[in-house]
Amino acid sequence: MLLQGHQLRDGCVQPGQQRVEIHKLRQGENLILGFSIGGGIDQDPSQNPFSEDKTDKGIYVTRVSEGGPAEIAGLQIGDKIMQVNGWDMTMVTHDQARKRLTKRSEEVVRLLVTRQSLQKAVQQSMLS
Amino acid sequence: MDTESQYSGYSYKSGHSRSSRKHRDRRDRHRSKSRDGSRGDKSVTIQAPGEPLLDNESTRGDERDDNWGETTTVVTGTSEHSISHDDLTRIAKDMEDSVPLDCSRHLGVAAGATLALLSFLTPLAFLLLPPLLWREELEPCGTACEGLFISVAFKLLILLLGSWALFLRRPKASLPRVFVLRALLMVLVFLLVVSYWLFYGVRILDARERSYQGVVQFAVSLVDALLFVHYLAVVLLELRQLQPQFTLKVVRSTDGASRFYNVGHLSIQRVAVWILEKYYHDFPVYNPALLNLPKSVLAKKVSGFKVYSLGEENSTNNSTGQSRAVIAAAARRRDNSHNEYYYEEAEHERRVRKRRARLVVAVEEAFTHIKRLQEEEQKNPREVMDPREAAQAIFASMARAMQKYLRTTKQQPYHSMESILQHLEFCITHDMTPKAFLERYLAAGPTIQYHKERWLAKQWTLVSEEPVTSGLKDGIVFLLKRHDFSLVVSTKKVPFFKLSEEFVDPKSHKFVMRLQSETSV
Repeated sequence: MLLQGHQLRDGCVQPGQQRVEIHKLRQGENLILGFSIGGGIDQDPSQNPFSEDKTDKGIYVTRVSEGGPAEIAGLQIGDKIMQVNGWDMTMVTHDQARKRLTKRSEEVVRLLVTRQSLQKAVQQSMLS
Repeated sequence: MDTESQYSGYSYKSGHSRSSRKHRDRRDRHRSKSRDGSRGDKSVTIQAPGEPLLDNESTRGDERDDNWGETTTVVTGTSEHSISHDDLTRIAKDMEDSVPLDCSRHLGVAAGATLALLSFLTPLAFLLLPPLLWREELEPCGTACEGLFISVAFKLLILLLGSWALFLRRPKASLPRVFVLRALLMVLVFLLVVSYWLFYGVRILDARERSYQGVVQFAVSLVDALLFVHYLAVVLLELRQLQPQFTLKVVRSTDGASRFYNVGHLSIQRVAVWILEKYYHDFPVYNPALLNLPKSVLAKKVSGFKVYSLGEENSTNNSTGQSRAVIAAAARRRDNSHNEYYYEEAEHERRVRKRRARLVVAVEEAFTHIKRLQEEEQKNPREVMDPREAAQAIFASMARAMQKYLRTTKQQPYHSMESILQHLEFCITHDMTPKAFLERYLAAGPTIQYHKERWLAKQWTLVSEEPVTSGLKDGIVFLLKRHDFSLVVSTKKVPFFKLSEEFVDPKSHKFVMRLQSETSV
């Protein structure tokens, strides 16, 4: 079986990154997370308003619905999702990303995200 | 009192410079004639023929009435270090008058004409001499031989027409050195004709050749050779220069007006003539009044430091140090003249635009006063005017605005009242709109648009480091000088283009949408 994607099992978090644990909410038949994603290797990276580098084809959080599980867990708009439950999200298509997030068998997703404010804080602390 | 004494000083200076300039010019001319084939700066003159030489009176524009819009005008004085433009033109016309008549040019034309006549009559002579001299011994001319007569006749006719088209033209300029290619062709024709005559004289006249057909064929071969020489002349004189090989940049030295031209293989003197032809209809007319920075800007530029050296001779060794200190101090001082220049320019721009608006409105309004008489309309014959009277009738209402505008743009020497009236008459006759009438005054046109006698210069000097009969090469720079400005010409070779091909399948044009989807999870 060809393994698609990259499952990472390292436990350490690099500086500038944050772990976010979202518990999915059941709404009727669906499990929703309460945010929207944009980006992917098959998309146009120059249209991404949240990325610093306009060639970045990663998955970004474009909207966080109020009161949803993502907001409760601390996910913010503009975050770049690096991993979902250990699966790498930096080199996936948009559809693959959606599938990884909306697996019916998982009730909890653990995301590894990075955001610009975190990166800046790390840089400042490194300089000082 | 002060101005009177100053003015007399100027006239003395200009007279002095005029005579010294004359002597210097005569010496230069003799020197250039004696120096034959030596390297170094060569200064030779190109003279455009065709117009009669001017007398002094026609250049004096001061008698022209400039006051046709206002009551008085004041002539401002000239500055200390320049003579007025009218003085300059007077000096220049004096110099042009003193050029001696060019006999060598007429000699060349006469030689060419006799050579052409000789070569044209030679085949006829070849055909006519045997029957005249030894008719009894001559074999009778058969059919083929008589057919050749027709061919000779038509070929001679074609040669005549071709020579008329190619050679019989008014010469454009008199070149300083001999026109190498044309001289080469004349020598070739001469040698051809002479060799044919030699052969004819020895083998046919002396030997009394009996076969007339051979003689006729010989004459036909001469006509063929002459036609080929004519073809060679077309290729050398007309065709070779057409394919562009060099790009020339022509810059006027006084105000920087520049143009680029493409030329083929030519000698420097022929290129100079070609450029002069283009100059007269491409470059805006040279207006010396537009050159200088306004006086208010320049007056502030005097350095404010004076250095006095007190003491003995040992102060001389630090005099260079002192001058350097003066220069450094002057450079450190804040220079605000650019500020004044900017504001002066903006103010001038605004003034010009205001005057221009007034002029446009005045002309538009003036043109509404007249209209063309239609055939069907019956009008009192006293009311009907010809174009000249119509122009005079509407001129008065626009005269003042026109004069003010011309004064602001410093164009008033180029347009006299008479010339404006003539142009107005011209526009009315041809049903032009006011905008078409104004086109001539709103932008400075090329030199050839203005009065011929005043602005069309005939005497140009070609200054070049290479001999002027050599061909153009990459990097050659030469000058075309007038007495008050010069054209600097620099040459650059047209690059060699390597053209490659790429085939594009029309079916290969395919497109996709740019995706930026957003999915909610």
